[in-house]
Amino acid sequence: MSEENGVIYRISGPVVTAIGIAPRMYEVVRVGNEGLMGEVIELHGDQSVIQVYEETSGVKPGEPVVRTGQTLSVQLGPGLLTQIYDGIQRPLPKLEETMGVFITRGVDADGLDLEKKWDFNATVKAGDEVSAGQVIGTVQETETIEHRVMVPPGKGGVVKKIDSGSFNITEPVCKLEDGTEIAMMQEWPVRHPRPFIQKYAPDVPLMTGQRILDFLFPLAKGGTAGIPGPFGSGKTVTQQQLAKWSDAQIVVYIGCGERGNEMTEVLDEFPHLIDPNTNKPLMNRTVMIANTSNMPVAAREASVYTGVTIAEYFRDMGYNVALMADSTSRWAEAMREISSRLEEMPGEEGYPAYLSSRLAEFYERAGRVQTLAGDDGSVSVIGAVSPPGGDISEPVSQGTLRIVKVFWGLDAGLARQRHFPAINWLSSYSLYPQALDQWYRDNIASDFPEVRTEISTLLQVESELQEIVQLVGSDALPIDQQLTLEVARMIREFFLQQNAFHDVDTYSDLKLQYDMARAILSFQEEAKKAIAGGAQLEDVVNVPARTDLMRGRFEKGYNDKIEELVSEMGKQISSSMEAN
Amino acid sequence: MSGKEYRTITDVKGPLVFLNKTEPVSFGEIVQLRLSDGSMKNGQVLDTSDDQVIVQVFEGTASVDRQTGVKFLGDVFKLPVSKGLIGRILDGAGRPRDGGPEIVADEMADIIGAAINPYSRQSPESFIQTGISAIDACTSLVRGQKLPIFSASGLPHNDIALQIARQAKLVDSDDDFVVVFCAMGITAEEYNFFVHDLERTGALENAALFVNLADDPAVERLITPRLALTAAEYLAFEHDYHVLVIYTDMTNYCESLRQIGAAREEVPGRRGYPGYMYTDLAMLYERAGLVKGKKGSITQFPILTMPGDDITHPIPDLSGYITEGQIVISRELHQKGIYPPINVLPSLSRLMNAGIGPGKTREDHKSVSDQLYAAYAQGRELRGLVAIVGEDALNERDLQLLKFADIFEDQFLRQSRDEDRTIHEGTLDLAWNLLANIDTKYLVRLDQKWIDKYHPTDKKE
Ligand SMILES: Nc1ncnc2c1ncn2[C@@H]1O[C@H](COP(=O)(O)OP(=O)(O)O)[C@@H](O)[C@H]1O
Ligand SMILES: [Mg+2]
Repeated sequence: MSEENGVIYRISGPVVTAIGIAPRMYEVVRVGNEGLMGEVIELHGDQSVIQVYEETSGVKPGEPVVRTGQTLSVQLGPGLLTQIYDGIQRPLPKLEETMGVFITRGVDADGLDLEKKWDFNATVKAGDEVSAGQVIGTVQETETIEHRVMVPPGKGGVVKKIDSGSFNITEPVCKLEDGTEIAMMQEWPVRHPRPFIQKYAPDVPLMTGQRILDFLFPLAKGGTAGIPGPFGSGKTVTQQQLAKWSDAQIVVYIGCGERGNEMTEVLDEFPHLIDPNTNKPLMNRTVMIANTSNMPVAAREASVYTGVTIAEYFRDMGYNVALMADSTSRWAEAMREISSRLEEMPGEEGYPAYLSSRLAEFYERAGRVQTLAGDDGSVSVIGAVSPPGGDISEPVSQGTLRIVKVFWGLDAGLARQRHFPAINWLSSYSLYPQALDQWYRDNIASDFPEVRTEISTLLQVESELQEIVQLVGSDALPIDQQLTLEVARMIREFFLQQNAFHDVDTYSDLKLQYDMARAILSFQEEAKKAIAGGAQLEDVVNVPARTDLMRGRFEKGYNDKIEELVSEMGKQISSSMEAN
Repeated sequence: MSGKEYRTITDVKGPLVFLNKTEPVSFGEIVQLRLSDGSMKNGQVLDTSDDQVIVQVFEGTASVDRQTGVKFLGDVFKLPVSKGLIGRILDGAGRPRDGGPEIVADEMADIIGAAINPYSRQSPESFIQTGISAIDACTSLVRGQKLPIFSASGLPHNDIALQIARQAKLVDSDDDFVVVFCAMGITAEEYNFFVHDLERTGALENAALFVNLADDPAVERLITPRLALTAAEYLAFEHDYHVLVIYTDMTNYCESLRQIGAAREEVPGRRGYPGYMYTDLAMLYERAGLVKGKKGSITQFPILTMPGDDITHPIPDLSGYITEGQIVISRELHQKGIYPPINVLPSLSRLMNAGIGPGKTREDHKSVSDQLYAAYAQGRELRGLVAIVGEDALNERDLQLLKFADIFEDQFLRQSRDEDRTIHEGTLDLAWNLLANIDTKYLVRLDQKWIDKYHPTDKKE
């Protein structure tokens, strides 16, 4: 069978059944008189089941269905950065041009501008032997990012001709002896991981400037993290903080089934925010995918694959890429909705039985790799999870936690107290510290891991003491335990809390994080000495210099001042002993 | 348009009618049913194939039989829109309910509504003063936001919604709001309460009402909010109005959704609600906002009653995942006699940061709000502890916070139904006065510079 043209037999929301056509699985087809884009997701006797990426109301049985012979793919090349796409890589600005502010349907748009000319700089020459993945030239795509044009996977040979100069992305810039032509653009099917040579164990932290993340529960470059939490607990703000401040070279941000205004916010803010690593606007390194909650669910299902394929492409150039997906639960729900229209046998809570394998396959596309060209590149994946009622015993949370190596557990109780980021320090974990400790010792401080352990131990002890306090009140505790509670409070209020909306507090580099942690431990030491020498706990805690130290973090130049503030605090605490 | 009438109904199940042997019918098409007694019903195609068509009947299927004639009208559901909608009362299917003439259409608008291109949105950032301190200080509302009221039966959510509708204004602009009110399955008594209040204040002339009451067809509730939002979009984006959409009660809407799902024998999601309820609700809530190049705006106030006062129930839960915050009404505060009984702790305005601060409300607003939250949260927590160990076990700091929680509820939250507080003197200055009951050294959320400037006793002047 190879019929090219069939007709619609049935329409049920985003799922359309066609007959008289024999496509391949995952082939893209054109549905109905308006040629809506769809993808074949099931073959069933003589019926082909298609998920349609656009609204289907008004479409009738008997309308045509046409094969395209292609699988769902993205266009990869210069022009990806700063762009915002829908779930199937249609540029939203382009859609606005043709449709106005509301997204109607039946409009096609290339993912990349095929006309625009770019300055291509060849980095190999005629006679060189090139292989798949190898960089043959560069384009300054944005102010900060050099786009490395690679030999597409599966191709290679001896260069016959290569030219620097101004080209659009479909013009061949390089010809091989065997006649193969290479242009700046390549295409890749989104449901297939792009190839690499091997995966390495991650051993460098992805630094985010968020104290609780970097210091207590770090993510490695090439690692995976899940952020589950009820609504309003801080998933989106955390993801946006990572998109802003993490030291990845490229950021792919997927708004998957979430709010329109949140994407607008990113679009408004990023061009004005300065990347602390390059001193240039953050937008330069960012690609956005926005398939909001009210946009078609089939395109929502695809959005995650579109995003991760783009991330892999930049990884292949040797970049460290960070990908955020907000929210993977909405992606899972899109799968559930389609699956139920297919009348598949449901698994837990109505999700398809393949939910956990899809989640695993997605996170498996993260990693630090040796690229085909032999370079080092990575994709770090951070997925938000939105468990119903905040209860993480549900399938998407559980499926995610089985795979990811970092769990940042958001807590409604903390959010209610406006303790942000509302990440629960007792239930969260990271499996990376061991692999990263050497890096911290070499690059930040030789006792970094020990300081971290002290801080987390204090928090553990506090939680045990709190149980007693709940029964007898804090005044009934011995003085040293009351001090421990004060130190732990300082960790929470001064260190763990971090206001994403405060110009200065929003970002702390790792060195400052370490200094702040040391400051807390130094308060503990001085206070112990002073109390042993007869000072009152109340007086020790209330020395003005401690307040100055804590409030100081909101002021510019804190990095340079902190040492002095700590020593002033020490002096005042000692003298509180003499006062007695 | 006036196609064939079919008498090929094979099955009737709940609100659904199944028929076969039709010409091709499009997905979403509008259907008219003629019963044997000559009365008419309306419906919409939910599933269509060469062999079978499934129609959801808005008025329910009572009296439908195999002789019922079914006609497909060749088009999806549309609402006649014009400026003439303002001042009118329509029923849940968009027909006049006020005895007035049919709406003369400027345009027929598809009620499903296309999604706003996220790239074409404009960030909402104009502060709306509601005159209610709890909202203005802690969960500030901005124009273009969707901010639901999470309430429960027997609580004064309607009073609060009406007070907001009456008092809402931009601080320095006299652009007025028009109200689009959408009733879904509420009682006639509740409805009258709304209408009388809108009438009393003269707001009715500036409002469009879409009304489906408790004894109106349940399935019709699935289109009522779509009509209301279609009207709102038209007024906002074709005629530059700032539209405030109040719709109540979302819980009834969701019940109708569940009913359809059950009749289709779909695999249910949590607690029997359809798995696509999130997407369905999003297609309503996301019709709020501002778009580039248009002057008007849509601000939404959905009201929902939480079954069993449970905020984790799928209706508030899925809503909270979509809306830009929530205002939570508390039975405990209500029982203490506090109006408005807004529990600020689980309440949230996600767009607050964009709408407050220097040039918008006041430079200290964020800092004050954070401090109010922190102090009140700790004070409330201490109430639990005191119940066990008594006040004697508390240190000075905790004693002050404990007392603050009472003061906050009694003087900050509590205000009368017609008390319209200004953001500066009425709300923020009041907050400073109340916070002054706590020693400044315990007010760690306040920036020193605001203490120096605004603290009633510790300021530097
Ligand atoms: N790190 C943070 N600093 C300050 N406020 C925060 C922070 N994280 C969350 N918030 C507050 O919590 C609200 C909800 O956060 P959001 O990320 O939108 O939650 P979610 O995505 O989990 O629903 C935000 O609007 C903001 O007010
Ligand atoms: Mg979110």
